[in-house]
Amino acid sequence: MDSNSVEATRIRQEIDSLKSKKLNIEQQISSLEAQLHQLELNSNTASSLSNGNLGNSNGLSPDMIYRYSRHLLLPSFGVQGQANLLKSSVLVIGAGGLGSPALLYLAACGVGRIGIVDHDIVELNNLQRQIIHTEAYIGKSKVESAADACRSINSSTQIVEHKEAFRTSNALEIVSKYDVVVDATDNAPSRYMINDCCVVLGKPLVSGAALGLEGQLTVYNYNGGPCYRCLFPTPPPTNACQRCADSGVLGVVPGVIGCLQALEAIKVASLVGEPLSGRMLLLDAVSGRFRNVKLRGRSLQCEACGDHAVLTRQTFLDFDYEKFTQTPLSPGPLKLNLLSVDARISSTEYSEKVTEGETHVLVDVRPAHHYKIVSLPNSINIPLSTLEDRLPEISASLEKEAKKDSLDSGSSASLFVICRRGNDSQRAVELLHKLGFSSAKDIIGGLESWAHNVDPKFPTY
Amino acid sequence: MQLTIEFGGGLELLCDSVKIHNINVDPQDGEKQGSIDIISSFFNQLTLKNLLSWVRTNVIKERPEMFMKGDSVRPGVLVLVNDADWELSGQLDTVLEEKDNVVFISTLHGG
Repeated sequence: MDSNSVEATRIRQEIDSLKSKKLNIEQQISSLEAQLHQLELNSNTASSLSNGNLGNSNGLSPDMIYRYSRHLLLPSFGVQGQANLLKSSVLVIGAGGLGSPALLYLAACGVGRIGIVDHDIVELNNLQRQIIHTEAYIGKSKVESAADACRSINSSTQIVEHKEAFRTSNALEIVSKYDVVVDATDNAPSRYMINDCCVVLGKPLVSGAALGLEGQLTVYNYNGGPCYRCLFPTPPPTNACQRCADSGVLGVVPGVIGCLQALEAIKVASLVGEPLSGRMLLLDAVSGRFRNVKLRGRSLQCEACGDHAVLTRQTFLDFDYEKFTQTPLSPGPLKLNLLSVDARISSTEYSEKVTEGETHVLVDVRPAHHYKIVSLPNSINIPLSTLEDRLPEISASLEKEAKKDSLDSGSSASLFVICRRGNDSQRAVELLHKLGFSSAKDIIGGLESWAHNVDPKFPTY
Repeated sequence: MQLTIEFGGGLELLCDSVKIHNINVDPQDGEKQGSIDIISSFFNQLTLKNLLSWVRTNVIKERPEMFMKGDSVRPGVLVLVNDADWELSGQLDTVLEEKDNVVFISTLHGG
């Protein structure tokens, strides 16, 4: 290591250490500010009471009048809307792409109490869309990060941190403490569970979703309107549920939907306007189109809110949402195990083969746009969906490699298959075995394993 | 009969990623089964049930099981006729008219 890189490492460490000190100080300041504000509020109330002069009978302190003046100036919102908001409480489940903007606006607008539920930590690849979090919070709890951001915007709003996964076991207790629920989660079982919990407790549910370049928004279980199960009594097949981590999402799309969720929550909490119940807003960001569609009413046959529904606190507690939707509540990456041990090698074993110069062909079966992000040298890209049609290319490559290394006519080049995480590569090897490439082997764990175990500098995504 | 059909929420991936299709369907084209369809074909009408089987044959390019289950759409797909849930117009029995707009949209879960 040359002296320059030693110096660079030292400087980086110093920056990190200073950043962490700065964060710590900022947290102390914001906590002290909150305390001071509370003291001021108390003494304001005390002094105005002692003067026998509240100044105004609407219950808003001078600070509040100033802070929320633009709301108060709105004839359709005004003092009453703001007063309702200040008395209300909103629970945001999920502090991710949807929850981030929703929380920022809910904190700013003067909701009295905001609860945040999430069990996740902030990661670098969240920051492209989860705009409430900053680099300084990478590795820290999302709830803590979001709560600090909310407090720094509005120290007069009470922020409650629920650093836990939302499960049937804690759902009823948490939700019962709030007036309005915002579903900002990212998976099907959570959506059914949150819906059912809101039906049991009679809470309006502001539901948003985003994926790719599309978003959806509606309010469930509000004023006799339909609930999530009225619309979707049967869960979709698991392979119909795409995840942002696999399919991608343009950051601003959940941003738009999350803002609209804040808007609907504010309408419900302030009793102003016409919440989006019995209707759904569909956003197609590519064409710049919003579509506002009319939904069915509450279904009398609905298993959650219908006339003969059997949903109670107890049945809710006993219901297995993961089994119902065939999807885990904390969707980790899928880990298939389709092949026998001798049809697979680890990334480190593959690395050794490369070093030893073993004659081989490496087929990368990811989609072309994944391959463009990053790939291993000398790999050829044949996406899984086109594999069957492009077998001749594999045969040709194998022959070429064998010729290049002038192997005996009896032996041939080895064939390895890789993908992002090691699932599609197994599917591909299975297919290759069926189609006569019996020596094909998959690289266990794919490029993620390569980055983890062989080359830490290899980019992951 | 001229209709516009649209796919969203990922269903467009089943038809070469094309979201909007302007189609021309002969009401006689639909698969005819059951009494309602006999009546509708007698009156030369096109129901959503007919349209679904036409779309499955003529528009969907891959994995039809991601679009339909039995003779209806698969769970998790909303069908909108002129921007209203098909539950409001009679679901499979909805009678379509010239220039109608039918949207098939998969519910999203991401966030």
